[in-house]
Amino acid sequence: MALPKLLTDDGGPEMPVSTPPTTPTSPAAAPTLVVVGHGMVGQRFLEALAERGLTGTAGTARVVVLCEEPRAAYDRVQLTSYFAGTTPEDLSLVEHGFMERHGFELRLGDPAVSVDRTARTVTARSGEVFAYDTLVLATGSYPFVPPVPGKDSTGCFVYRTIEDLLAIEEYAKNATTGAVVGGGLLGLEAAGALKGLGLETHVVEFAPRLMPVQVDEGGGAALLRTIEDMGLSVHTGVGTQEVTAGENGAVTGMALSDGSSLATDLVVFSAGVRPRDQLARDCGLAVGERGGIVVDEECRTSDPAVFAIGECALASDGRVYGLVAPGYEMALTAAEVITGEKAAFTGADLSTKLKLLGVDVASFGDAHGTADGCLDVVYSDARSGVYKKLVVAADGTLLGGVLVGDADQYGTLRPMTGTVLPVAPEQLVLPAGAGGPVALGPSSLPDEAVICSCHNVTKGAICEHTTLPEVKKCTKAGTGCGSCVKVIGQLLPQSQDAGLCGCFAYTRSELYEIVRTLGITSYADLLDSHGREEARGGDGCEVCKPTVGSVIASLAPTVGASGYVLDGEQAALQDTNDHFLANLQRNGSYSIVPRIPGGEITPDKLIVIGEVARDFGLYTKITGGQRIDLFGARVDQLPLIWTRLVDAGFESGHAYGKSLRTVKSCVGQTWCRYGVQDSVKMAIDLELRYRGLRAPHKLKSAVSGCARECAEARGKDFGIIATAGGWNLYVGGNGGATPRHADLLAQDLSDAELVRLIDRFLMFYIRTADRLERTSAWLERIEGGLEHVRDVVVHDSLGLCDELERLMADHVRGYRDEWAETINDPERLRRFVTFVNAPDAPDPSVKFVPERDQVKPDLDILAGPVLAIRTLEGTAS
Amino acid sequence: MTTQTLETAQDTRSIRLAAGDGWLTVCDRSLLTPGRGVAALLPDGRQVALFLDRAGRTYAIDNRDPFTGAYVLSRGLVGSDGGQPFVASPLLKQRFDLATGACLDDDEVSVPVFEVRAD
Repeated sequence: MALPKLLTDDGGPEMPVSTPPTTPTSPAAAPTLVVVGHGMVGQRFLEALAERGLTGTAGTARVVVLCEEPRAAYDRVQLTSYFAGTTPEDLSLVEHGFMERHGFELRLGDPAVSVDRTARTVTARSGEVFAYDTLVLATGSYPFVPPVPGKDSTGCFVYRTIEDLLAIEEYAKNATTGAVVGGGLLGLEAAGALKGLGLETHVVEFAPRLMPVQVDEGGGAALLRTIEDMGLSVHTGVGTQEVTAGENGAVTGMALSDGSSLATDLVVFSAGVRPRDQLARDCGLAVGERGGIVVDEECRTSDPAVFAIGECALASDGRVYGLVAPGYEMALTAAEVITGEKAAFTGADLSTKLKLLGVDVASFGDAHGTADGCLDVVYSDARSGVYKKLVVAADGTLLGGVLVGDADQYGTLRPMTGTVLPVAPEQLVLPAGAGGPVALGPSSLPDEAVICSCHNVTKGAICEHTTLPEVKKCTKAGTGCGSCVKVIGQLLPQSQDAGLCGCFAYTRSELYEIVRTLGITSYADLLDSHGREEARGGDGCEVCKPTVGSVIASLAPTVGASGYVLDGEQAALQDTNDHFLANLQRNGSYSIVPRIPGGEITPDKLIVIGEVARDFGLYTKITGGQRIDLFGARVDQLPLIWTRLVDAGFESGHAYGKSLRTVKSCVGQTWCRYGVQDSVKMAIDLELRYRGLRAPHKLKSAVSGCARECAEARGKDFGIIATAGGWNLYVGGNGGATPRHADLLAQDLSDAELVRLIDRFLMFYIRTADRLERTSAWLERIEGGLEHVRDVVVHDSLGLCDELERLMADHVRGYRDEWAETINDPERLRRFVTFVNAPDAPDPSVKFVPERDQVKPDLDILAGPVLAIRTLEGTAS
Repeated sequence: MTTQTLETAQDTRSIRLAAGDGWLTVCDRSLLTPGRGVAALLPDGRQVALFLDRAGRTYAIDNRDPFTGAYVLSRGLVGSDGGQPFVASPLLKQRFDLATGACLDDDEVSVPVFEVRAD
């Protein structure tokens, strides 16, 4: 009788958890569970205990967790995202207050050093000894470092913990070249991290291809080309023989098995992991020949009081699993067995989907086609780096597959493994336009199909819920590797409520159609006629007011509304930026950006900007859009500043609006020896044409005079690159937090063709995009994507083009400079005071202190109690 | 319901704020636009944000945004939720109940409320 209180192996099921005592049991009576290791699997195990009521708080057990690392469990799968700005706190897997709420005793930085199975005690490094009734080993794995000479030189690292990453980041500051030993999954992650740190990066892989475990030869080749195109050097089929070091002991290079050598300042070993089974070996538990603590289907080791789960365990099917999903399954199995349920872990599949260096790589099921009589269906496009292989049985049953370069179908294909495909397999691998891919959505999956393989959640279980947060909370689906989140989104009721906000059940584009067809020019009329029942007659909200204001402004000439955004009722709809025609900054002051079309400006106008900034004490900075931003103006100063600017020939730059910002340009053919067109003139023409155009979000553009692309046009909403025969138009580019290169819409256009196409493209975007949806997100969201947009604006498939062009012509004709209109109208000027009862008093809270010969906000004057600041969507600077 | 601008244009009532022992006349009611706010300066240096909602009711809360320290709440947009009027801070968009000053996004934060009347 190994575990009298917890286990039911004597056939007399006494389940303490199903009937928790109403009064807390004395601690002495509750059994003690010691968990060694607090990684992803250890944490999942604790969650499973909590779900089953086996906690310190419930008085059903004392649970002690010994953790070697200085921090609680974090998402090791997303480790590399640390280099993209994710903080260790973001990576944490432990919900705030979890340990306290369940009375779990977590001891950070205090690993177990020995186990006495006879006395049933664990000794921690701190010297403290814990008696246990049940012991759970979740010690994970350690990186395998091949036994080559020089492997311990300064500058050699492994890639496993946040501390490893911090050390690599620090060392890389003084390095120019880095090499990764191992071209598997983690090796490529590490290579991406080195590249991101600015190092010239090499990958050395002993096998003849990258990611030998997950992908086949064709997939490896597609991956290799794409990764080499990114500037990484890949050496396959060679081993590392020695790491060479200088006199100071620091790495200088590597000697390879083909006789060549590689100069490098830093080496990261990522040649696989090995189970951490030393603790188990030392206490005499059975371990496998090649490592791993031997466990049975219940995850029990050779000692029935000891369990092992995750990467340290050698499962009953003879495998050590290095993926998180099987580890989670083992955690669940062990928790179920310990609380007296029946459970077994008999093995798991090795399906994975990752984004490595920005390349999608996925494999599932029998990816290598080892089953008898199976057939491969392969599509391979070396040019675009796409490789897709499906393995099917003779009767059409899907057995597995490999997807490289485009793994969008992973979410639907993996759950279909083991079933007969509803369509011919070639239709699933061919690209659009070549007979595929057919729209095989998740709706075609059976209810029992597993959607989240990390937490083993079926489609049926997901469909019991209606929102993603609810699904995550109740089923845990989507909280592991995250690759299924997209499919979950498609399974949920297509938001019975896709409405803009609490006031309108319509989307922005639906409201656009309503305003356009009914000619509505008043927000109040729209709210009372088309708002949600409960919102009619009310005051609306800060989400729909500016949105409707923008829609009415976009359509103003067409529906007969005033185009001036400060007029009449529209004045109350605008965010403060549009209201004061300037950009609100953190201390309540505003910044001013005069329009400088195409970035071209005369010396005289530059001098005026300088004089105005000097006279009003403004901080000046050159913007990324080839303009000049003037910071630190009080509201009462705005009209005075603009009077000077308008006199000198400047007009509003609309930096405050969801509207066209700038059209950048390179200097072009006029001056540059490489230029093939006058990019500056085109940029000026386009900026003047689209200035003031209100859109769902801001719009940016650029024109490059040749293929060298110095204006960075492909990072813009619409970008133009000169060719010998005219202009190429690219759309849907973006910089910022989610960079995206713009896609080619049409090429070799004449000036007139170019303008006509942009007119149509912009108006189609304005008409159909959601609130605050940039062209890049819009292009990826709308059905049919770029092809559909091309059909509509180039081939006029919807017969809309005449109307789109007419709407733009109305806009161009109706444009007026908002600032010139404002300073000439005493009624409009009245709002530019800080205090309604003291129009001449400046705002005492807007003060400045000197910094680097200019000014900066005096924040001391604003200081009060410190509060946590929550950032909300839509807070543009 | 698009006639409010006409009504307010002919409004000759004054907005008064409770200050010290008496009432401080701040401005003509016609200077307020429904759905927007203005700031007023009290003799003791405090700043008040004054609002007019669509139904013509007036509200006054402290002008300081407690999340950023900036004196900007008067520049936020007015809305209503279930008949309760609120203003959304123009900086980070937290909502504040105009009648009680309570922050609707954070139970532990609120701003002072001032008595106001229009007569």
